[in-house]
Amino acid sequence: MREPRHSDPDPPRPADAVRFEHAAVQVGGRTIWSDVNISVPSGEFCAVLGPNGVGKSTLVKAALGLVPLSAGSVTVLGQPAGQSGRRIGYLPQRRSFDPGLRVRGIDVVRLGSDGERWGVPLPFADRLLPSRRAARERVAEAIEVVGATAFAGRPIGQVSGGEQQRLLIAQALVRRPSLLVLDEPLDSLDLPSQTAVAALIARICREHGVTVMLVAHDVNPILPYLNRVAYLARGGAVCGTPAEVITSPTLTALYGTPVEVLRASDGRLVVVGEPEAPARHTDRHGDQARPW
Amino acid sequence: MVSADLAGAAGRWLASAPGSAVPTWNLVSDIRQMLMFPFMVHALRAGTIVAVTAGALGWFMVLRRQSFAGHTLAIVSFPGAAGAILLGVSVSIGYFAVTIAAALVIAAAPRSIGGRARSSESAIIGTVQAFALACGALFVSLFGGFLNGVTDLLFGSFLGISSGQVLVLLAAAVVTLALLALIARPLFFATVDPDVAAARGVPVRLLSAVFLVLLGCATAEVSQITGALLVFALLVMPAATAQRLTARPALSFTLTIAIALATAWLGLGVAFFSAYPVGFYITTFGFAGFVLASAWREGGRLVRRRARRRTPSAVVAAP
Repeated sequence: MREPRHSDPDPPRPADAVRFEHAAVQVGGRTIWSDVNISVPSGEFCAVLGPNGVGKSTLVKAALGLVPLSAGSVTVLGQPAGQSGRRIGYLPQRRSFDPGLRVRGIDVVRLGSDGERWGVPLPFADRLLPSRRAARERVAEAIEVVGATAFAGRPIGQVSGGEQQRLLIAQALVRRPSLLVLDEPLDSLDLPSQTAVAALIARICREHGVTVMLVAHDVNPILPYLNRVAYLARGGAVCGTPAEVITSPTLTALYGTPVEVLRASDGRLVVVGEPEAPARHTDRHGDQARPW
Repeated sequence: MVSADLAGAAGRWLASAPGSAVPTWNLVSDIRQMLMFPFMVHALRAGTIVAVTAGALGWFMVLRRQSFAGHTLAIVSFPGAAGAILLGVSVSIGYFAVTIAAALVIAAAPRSIGGRARSSESAIIGTVQAFALACGALFVSLFGGFLNGVTDLLFGSFLGISSGQVLVLLAAAVVTLALLALIARPLFFATVDPDVAAARGVPVRLLSAVFLVLLGCATAEVSQITGALLVFALLVMPAATAQRLTARPALSFTLTIAIALATAWLGLGVAFFSAYPVGFYITTFGFAGFVLASAWREGGRLVRRRARRRTPSAVVAAP
């Protein structure tokens, strides 16, 4: 495991990219979590961990301003949540594209740059107008960064899950955001793709100075790259460096039941004694079987 | 007045039985002969307007997998027209009022972004559809005497189109297409990637409702040419064909319009020299195009697969 970077003598950062203070969210009268304090310093790679159904996606949506807080506050890139839209790249929880969808990957990436603009894209405008040409180059660049150039021209429903995920990361990157919010980007990928996509996200964080907030329920594929961890369990959260948070005493306190963190011979951390997650996966995974 | 129109159309239909217009197989003179009849000019104008509108809306409908909703809007146009005849108001008003109302009902049906509620949506749509057909049957039996008209309403007729109707079609098409152009890109975004679109502030649900209303207008227009049951010839077939041929959005959209225009013109032209309903010809040409496009795509895939299989085996066979 790498030394957490925020202890390095970096030049002083302007502020935390994301900061939750005593935040709470209620959905339909039920408190999902409360008194959550999380801070993600700019330029760091932060994972939001926790068992399924604990409200990790809700946390992300609260940061995006899609879910209102019932108490406390959340600041994103120095502004209240929901007011820094263009500077955030968002990748929602696993979207499955219909295998019959006849739209190319590059078109999906391009929607990330101008999809919400009214009107029709004018034919040949991206060759004639300088601003359109710049947008086109940014699309090509984002595809290049995620290594998707080879398959960006194929219909998105027909590329593999890992390739789709790369294209979707390119879509989130296309406006050169300061903050990348990724909701379970490794979910339902095979192991080699998980490792590759995790490394890609870490490289984007490092080389492009993008703050990354990544939701996961398995810490192992991303653990080598993490600067910071927010661990969400029923009712509350603990935030800090991986070395501070993923320990037996911290998780025991968080769950209110004995939890042990073991280190396997290959260096993987294993959390033992974690209470079963409540089985309510309402917003997870569409009900169709995935084709890949 | 309108029912008289329909009865007249049926009469002229009989009069235009084989023999009244015989193709010379000289394309120029045949077209000239066809254009001598004002009703044919009206029909071609109406067909052109309708093909462009249907192609444009149909492209989005096929992409959005809302063919069932589109089908219901088309079916609903039948009781709309029958009810208008029964009440003695303009058939156009009947078509537009009822399809737009049905579009609003479908839009109000719960539909989750993730697609979980899609089954309940199709149940609601199916319910609306069955009730609408039953109403149509009731209106026809209440009116009593326009059985030929019923066939026209269901399977289309191009004989009774007046220049006034062409103007109504044109006005509706201009409004529909202008609105579609305004929402085109966010609608595409919301279709392909609803979650990210919603996070970016695209009003996904509102766009869906607006699209259904525009689709209702388009089906109301197409129904007047192809009849309620054969609307899909222009709404689905060109878009499905084009999307089989290419995954480039701009190209497949353009191709959709071109195919819609070609099938409409061909269908009207051939129907002029024949005794059978225009809806049949338009549908047949649309279907032929779809089959050809499918064959083209599958054939291409087969050739590529075979080429791929041959290359490694050749390497293995090499000493």
